Amino acid sequence: MNNRTVATCAAAVLATAALTGCGSSGGSGSSGPVELTYWSWAPGMDKVVALWNEEHPDVKVTVKKQASGDDLVTKTITAAKAGEAPDLVQAEYQALPTLVGNDVLADISGEVGDAEREFAPGVWQQVTLGTDAVYALPQDSGPMMFFYREDLFEEYGLTVPTTWEEFAETARALKEKAPEKALTTFSSNDAGLFAGLAQQAGARWWTTEGQKWKVAIDDAATRKVADFWGSLVKEGAIDNQPMYTPAWNKALNTGKQIAWVSAVWAPGTLTTAAPDTQGKWAMAPLPQWEKGANVTGSWGGSTTAVTNDSEHKEAAAEFATWLNTDPEALAALVRESGVYPAAQAAQTGDALKEAPEFFSGQTDFHERAAKIAEGTAPAAWGPNVNVAYSSFKDAFGAAAKKRSDFGAALRTVHETTVADLEKQGFEVAK
Amino acid sequence: MTRRTPAASAPRATRAARKGHGERRAPHLFLLPAVALFLLFFALPIGYALYLSLRSVRVQGLGLGSGARREVWAGLSNYADALTDPELASGALRVLGYGLIVVPVMLGLALVFALMLDADRVRGRSVARLGIFLPYAVPGVIAALLWGFLYLPDVSPFHFVLAEAGLPRPDLLDGGPLYGALANIAVWGGTGFNMIVIYTSLRAIPPEIHEAARLDGCSQVQIALRIKIPMVAPSLVLTFFFSVIATLQVFSEPTTLKPLTNGVSTTWSPLMKVYQDAFVKGDVHAAAAGAVVIAVVTLVLSFGFLKAVGSRTRQGESR
Repeated sequence: MNNRTVATCAAAVLATAALTGCGSSGGSGSSGPVELTYWSWAPGMDKVVALWNEEHPDVKVTVKKQASGDDLVTKTITAAKAGEAPDLVQAEYQALPTLVGNDVLADISGEVGDAEREFAPGVWQQVTLGTDAVYALPQDSGPMMFFYREDLFEEYGLTVPTTWEEFAETARALKEKAPEKALTTFSSNDAGLFAGLAQQAGARWWTTEGQKWKVAIDDAATRKVADFWGSLVKEGAIDNQPMYTPAWNKALNTGKQIAWVSAVWAPGTLTTAAPDTQGKWAMAPLPQWEKGANVTGSWGGSTTAVTNDSEHKEAAAEFATWLNTDPEALAALVRESGVYPAAQAAQTGDALKEAPEFFSGQTDFHERAAKIAEGTAPAAWGPNVNVAYSSFKDAFGAAAKKRSDFGAALRTVHETTVADLEKQGFEVAK
Repeated sequence: MTRRTPAASAPRATRAARKGHGERRAPHLFLLPAVALFLLFFALPIGYALYLSLRSVRVQGLGLGSGARREVWAGLSNYADALTDPELASGALRVLGYGLIVVPVMLGLALVFALMLDADRVRGRSVARLGIFLPYAVPGVIAALLWGFLYLPDVSPFHFVLAEAGLPRPDLLDGGPLYGALANIAVWGGTGFNMIVIYTSLRAIPPEIHEAARLDGCSQVQIALRIKIPMVAPSLVLTFFFSVIATLQVFSEPTTLKPLTNGVSTTWSPLMKVYQDAFVKGDVHAAAAGAVVIAVVTLVLSFGFLKAVGSRTRQGESR
């Protein structure tokens, strides 16, 4: 039991936040090798970096393992306020505008040379934020796909949906044949999934108009996606419980849910969530809004960025370029960290020749994945993605729970996001 | 009860006679570490939080690149926002509902357990005491996870048994039952601590008083109601005080259960709202204002309660 006052707690938390990240600045001093610190959450990153350190005795990179996602964004911004940000930091695409807005990331357009041609335009545009600057190098991407239990689809006589209309029919058909099962669930605890689905439908949530931001979360494309999932949840064709819970793991492992709309990294998640189903899954392109199209959204994916606090920006940019474009580095990233590299050459290269162990039946897994990735729709991120995402969790969580109108939830997210921008002093185009 | 005697004045007189130069400085020197620590780790952080709560960040243009964000004085606007925020208010209401379950149940159980352990002719007293106390040693996050898994319909053994028996299976992580589910975690974890506090003060009651009551023909229940409970009233007040503060600060249980259900929002309790502001929105200024508001409410409620109780006992004494 804690009987200190809240103020002490809050103050202590704030103070701690300000203190974290101490001792992370790159070593200075003219003698000896340049020392760089790199905050990353990718597993096995230290082994990839070891390759660099072997070949470059004059630039030594040290990896500090971090928690992923939103936590690292806040931590990096806090560290940058104290002038203690690391030289290099792993950041998700949607966090870049927030980090740039807080003056954390350095423009490395002069240092990265012609790295641009290694990446798909839709990916590259996310690290430039549509400007002439380059704020990071793409590391991995998460083109979205449809994963399903091949054996159970056969057992229930279902065909793999190629359009969202067919997807809805498949869900209803399964409910009819096996009422206790569900095709999948609509989960509200990761807004990235919904954002990816909206991108596929053509949504561009944040764009700029001169010196104003334009927010279009409640646009026609996104509303189409929200209504589609909302009606499936409402009629009970799919489940409404969140992902990544023990119950969800069990549903996938026992075949209570027989499909998952996810991204290229899904095999890794399924390996831990549903270990008993190895070899029973297959991957297909994401269902399309228009028959015969090849469009997909992105869910996840991250970049390597250089911070303004770095005293060796040139060396740091050189390392970031090596890490994300050098064939040897990319092969190591695939092998050690299990990422799906953003560099196009690596997506069809030797490193990704073999299908993931969990999808051993699908020998052409990566060939198909690369083809799907070609159709990745562009994403448009703004300075308060975090606010939109947390509002999404609450609004869509409540709507999914009550099986109520998703359109209303979408309006809430839109309005919350606009109100936050205005409160911060941004000019928002109507 | 013992009466306060006037402070002993004799020793002070002799000390005053011997007061030298060094001795006048000595108390200040002895105080220095405590004062320094207080200033450094209590007053300064609170002062900083107050300062932050009066500032805010303004953005210019697109908010990209250097110099796009400036910190400015915001006056009391952060407080106005916090006080008019419907999310903070409904969070406070949720915590009130939660507290109305937790505090009476937890303290009631703690008192009953303490009285049972203190009764004559109890076997296995130390084992029982340890058993009731043990959950308190389980960290709050672990307790919440443990219970969360027991609540989740698809992995819960209770749900399995209910399903096998053909009975309806309530969703404990939603709507009204959610309050009970959260309260249960707090009661499970906190009863032992409060029981120990009450039990310790029960043991301090002189045995002659029991004996006298028994000779006068009191039953065990009457002894408990007429002798023991009035005599441990101060520790009941203390445990109530602690429990109210702990309830107002509820954070780790709902935060831990949040990923398991759509029923808990990211701003379920006021402290969760502060956490969201600080670490998800990255707005320390709004978070600081929210924290100050919660701190003031906590202070007013808890010290108001202590004052009310204090004046009542003083009245009782003078009667």
